[in-house]
Amino acid sequence: MSGFHLDLLKLLGGVGAILFVASIIGYVLQRRLSPDGSNAVIENLNARIQAWWAMVILMGLAFLGGRTGVILLFAFCSFAALREFATLTNTKRADHWALASAFFVVLPIQYWLIWIDWYGLFSIFIPVYAFLLMPIVAALRGDTENFLVRVAETQWALMICVFCASHVPALLSLDIPGYEGRNVLLIAFLVVVVQSSDVLQYVWGKLYGRRKIAPKLSPSKTLEGFVGGVLSSMLLGACLWWMTPFTFVQAGLLALVIALMGFFGGLVMSAIKRDRGIKDWGHLIAGHGGFIDRLDSVVFSAPIFFHLVRYWWTP
Amino acid sequence: MVKQSLARLVGTAIVLFARFITAVRGIWQGIEPTPKERIYFANHVSHGDFILIWTVLPWRLRRKTRPVAGSDYWLKTPLKRFIGRDVFDAVLIDRNPETREADPIQTMAEALDDGASLILFPEGTRNETDAPLLPFKAGLYHLGKSRPSIEMIPVWINNLNRVMPKGELVPIPLICTVTFGAPLHIAVEESKVDFIARAEAALLALSPDNGGKDA
Repeated sequence: MSGFHLDLLKLLGGVGAILFVASIIGYVLQRRLSPDGSNAVIENLNARIQAWWAMVILMGLAFLGGRTGVILLFAFCSFAALREFATLTNTKRADHWALASAFFVVLPIQYWLIWIDWYGLFSIFIPVYAFLLMPIVAALRGDTENFLVRVAETQWALMICVFCASHVPALLSLDIPGYEGRNVLLIAFLVVVVQSSDVLQYVWGKLYGRRKIAPKLSPSKTLEGFVGGVLSSMLLGACLWWMTPFTFVQAGLLALVIALMGFFGGLVMSAIKRDRGIKDWGHLIAGHGGFIDRLDSVVFSAPIFFHLVRYWWTP
Repeated sequence: MVKQSLARLVGTAIVLFARFITAVRGIWQGIEPTPKERIYFANHVSHGDFILIWTVLPWRLRRKTRPVAGSDYWLKTPLKRFIGRDVFDAVLIDRNPETREADPIQTMAEALDDGASLILFPEGTRNETDAPLLPFKAGLYHLGKSRPSIEMIPVWINNLNRVMPKGELVPIPLICTVTFGAPLHIAVEESKVDFIARAEAALLALSPDNGGKDA
């Protein structure tokens, strides 16, 4: 067994152990406080833990499937996220071809470019080519009502759900000297830090949360949850340095950036949800909501993490 | 035998495709999905309407739930005949009173007697207007009169008109919902006009634009 597989197994084993403990706590809490399923917080907690099992198993399988597995997984996540996003836009009949090409042309091409490792094109394909071509497709239908709003919404949907999300599998294309063949662990590092930051903010907030940090955007988020969650996920990230090309301090600093971007990403996506009058983006992940509810923080941190690593760690 | 397996396979493929495009979710607001004969009546905006209802039904119910459709359309080509008859097991009725040989209400009532549930689109045709519903035809009332014990369930299909507007070839992936309301029965003294108005209102009340559950 190579060092890479050993590290991956160590990580998955660690995450599995944490989920195992969480499941036991969830079970005890349910027996004590919600034996008839009447306590909504406990029921939601247990639904979330169960969904975490499914997500971790799916991610683990994708990681073992290597490059193909990871790219397919995130292509599907992008598809599901774009489907949720497009549902909430003001797009209409005249955007039919623009939207159809977003789903069935732009999205596959973006992931194909990552598959063939063409950095020069995948990093500009959506911000340049799709940016200019999509409004042309929409304009050709001749409907001018709300034109800028519709075009901007479609563009934003593509940037968030496809372009930004695709930077997670793009981490596989970085050539870091001395780290060959281990890039999947970079993805694992990013995902573990960002998701644990979300979870730890939730836990710190539930335990010590008093002062609301963004009452208009996200009333459940507190200052205590934010500080506690970000700092503890920074520490967690530092402690994962052994599976990365970073030192202990570097891993901690990158984890800090990831956690901060993830937090603000969550706020931005909450602002959109509030405006559209919904609580969750979808219903496919029990207890969590939709794909975007789970991915919002990853989507905001992935491109920054990608470019920081690319700038400082690749020749 | 081969044809039957093929029909099963095509049916499963259609359901998977519908889930892929719409991630459709059934909201059982007024009833539970229990296995008894029912008449589901729904708004009709696209050819996919029946498929979405079928997709959100548990598979035991799905096998016993038959759409009511116009034979003029579904018997036109061999492929449509295969889909309509073998895959969906549709109850085909002739919509043209001049040419028809059997009474459509009688045909539907016999299907119910055989233990099937029916999916009915009482607007009669696809709604391509901006109005949320077209006026109902009388079929629902007459069917309800002839089988008074059977529950009539309003079913609102949301968002499918945006997925596949008329005349477009490629569906756009958007999330759809199918909301099942509380069952209706025709009251003893209720007139046709009154019942139809009540059924229309019950269906409209399920649409998110009219205060139904969120989409």
